[in-house]
Amino acid sequence: MTGGRPRPAAAPDAAAAKAAWDHIEVSRHPDRPYALDLIERCLSDFTELHGDRQGGDDAAIVIGLARLGDRPVGVVANQKGRTLEERGRRNFGMAHPEGYRKAQRLFRLAGRLRLPVISFIDIPGAYPGVAAEERGQAWAIAQTIEAQLTLPTPYVAVVIGEGGSGGALATLLADAVLVLEHAFLTVASPETAAAILFRDAGRKQHAAAALCLEAENLVRWGIADEVVPEPPGGAHTDWDATAELLRPRLEAHLTRLVAAGADAAARRERYRRIDGLADAATRSAQA
Amino acid sequence: MIATTASPTTRPDPRGPAATPAARSAARPPTWICPECRTRHSLATALAQLYVCPSCGLHSRIGAWERVRQLADPGSFAKWDGELAAADRLQFVDTRRYTDRLAEAQERQQLPDAILTGAARIGGHAVGLAAFDFGFLGGSLSAAVGERLARAIEHCAGARQPFVCVTSSGGARMQEGVFSLLQMAKSVAALHTLAEAHVPFLSVLTDPTMGGSIASFAALGDVIIAEPRATIGFTGARVITQVTYEELPPGFQTSEFHHARGLIDHVVERPALRSTLIQLLRVLAPAGAATGETAA
Repeated sequence: MTGGRPRPAAAPDAAAAKAAWDHIEVSRHPDRPYALDLIERCLSDFTELHGDRQGGDDAAIVIGLARLGDRPVGVVANQKGRTLEERGRRNFGMAHPEGYRKAQRLFRLAGRLRLPVISFIDIPGAYPGVAAEERGQAWAIAQTIEAQLTLPTPYVAVVIGEGGSGGALATLLADAVLVLEHAFLTVASPETAAAILFRDAGRKQHAAAALCLEAENLVRWGIADEVVPEPPGGAHTDWDATAELLRPRLEAHLTRLVAAGADAAARRERYRRIDGLADAATRSAQA
Repeated sequence: MIATTASPTTRPDPRGPAATPAARSAARPPTWICPECRTRHSLATALAQLYVCPSCGLHSRIGAWERVRQLADPGSFAKWDGELAAADRLQFVDTRRYTDRLAEAQERQQLPDAILTGAARIGGHAVGLAAFDFGFLGGSLSAAVGERLARAIEHCAGARQPFVCVTSSGGARMQEGVFSLLQMAKSVAALHTLAEAHVPFLSVLTDPTMGGSIASFAALGDVIIAEPRATIGFTGARVITQVTYEELPPGFQTSEFHHARGLIDHVVERPALRSTLIQLLRVLAPAGAATGETAA
């Protein structure tokens, strides 16, 4: 049963909006560990691979090979930039179609070599630009969703910061989904949601509250499996401690999934059964 | 709305124009005004032209019931999942309650949610047919829309009947938050059953097909057809301009734009859409699937 009632049916008040926004601010903190910071601390022998083999290499998405403990894994990650130069090069972590095609390459490679996959999600959203649209952004995301749902090997995803919309979904659809305490997954960025709902991007705090972005809701709703705690104050206060909290959870879930023989059919069933419908009667009719 | 003007997103309903209050009460013949060039045409003309404006060629947005009327063999459509309606899992309130928006849309569009699915025949070929209704909260992807879509797809896989989906959708439904987002995954998971059964999926993109809809099931058709000048894309032009300050190229995000870039197989005018589907179904309808005698 996943039918939580997060809050009474009224517009979010100022205090709720403030609390929701504090959560977003921590997830976007400039000193927050990014994917490569956590890959370095949780995995060993990481070798990055470059390019989609179709003409592009989008630095907003990183793929590679590594080990988690003794186990070889494929890695796919959203990567923001730390310095001004790196932020430009990585486009603030907002991927183009080439990034999604690179992710597809990793899923194919992992399937062929029988490697489990670990993904790190931290993306404001797929890049909303002319060039991305011209090269088929929507098609690239759709195909990446499909690639995840046909990956034959066990797959763990962890949302480490921002999980923005379809751009996040493209590397999220795993057998186990972990969410760092101050990370979030959303249908649209709070700014975009506010622009749509209130016709005022300035009401982002109210939009964030209305969207119920607290990480624990994802677990209650059956979308994520576990909230991984962060050090007091947030992950930006201590990267090593954050990785120490995360690594054993990645290992535990991957070990469980390997033992259970997680496969694509079970993964498709998981996402086929995503809830969100009206009542128990509807849900039982669905089963 | 002008009393004698029928909007195709709401009227006429499948019972025909005579059943609409506007048609009954009008002193003069009911008319239809093109939303683009504002030319007034008789409703009879608009219906005969499938709501393609005779003056400017606009393929105006039409409701799900009208789409079914245009594509399915007469009398062949039998809808599925009658009662399955949207839910308010987040108890969402923005400027209004989501439940109020839903009730209003259900009443106005005479649909439980933004998609109509059912069994149909097209040129005698038995298919599963899905039609989005843009007039219902922008054809957005609620959990109920995703569930209806998934069930329709799985029904087609089980019955080995081609799946035809006509999309008209702004993308995610904000009021259902992350549940809406996950419908992208649900629809693609369901589509795999078609692949396993070797059953074709014909995806028809109409104005508009945006965001989460084109970035999931709609982009994964075995064949993708679009109506002329439909707006299709991941991010809307207004957001692109606001975020990037980029200048948009001519014809940006139109059907023709994507066709030129290899993302859409054909741009087909509405009067030819049914015959185009029939031609494809003659090739793709699985052998042994029931076919009727209705001619194109």
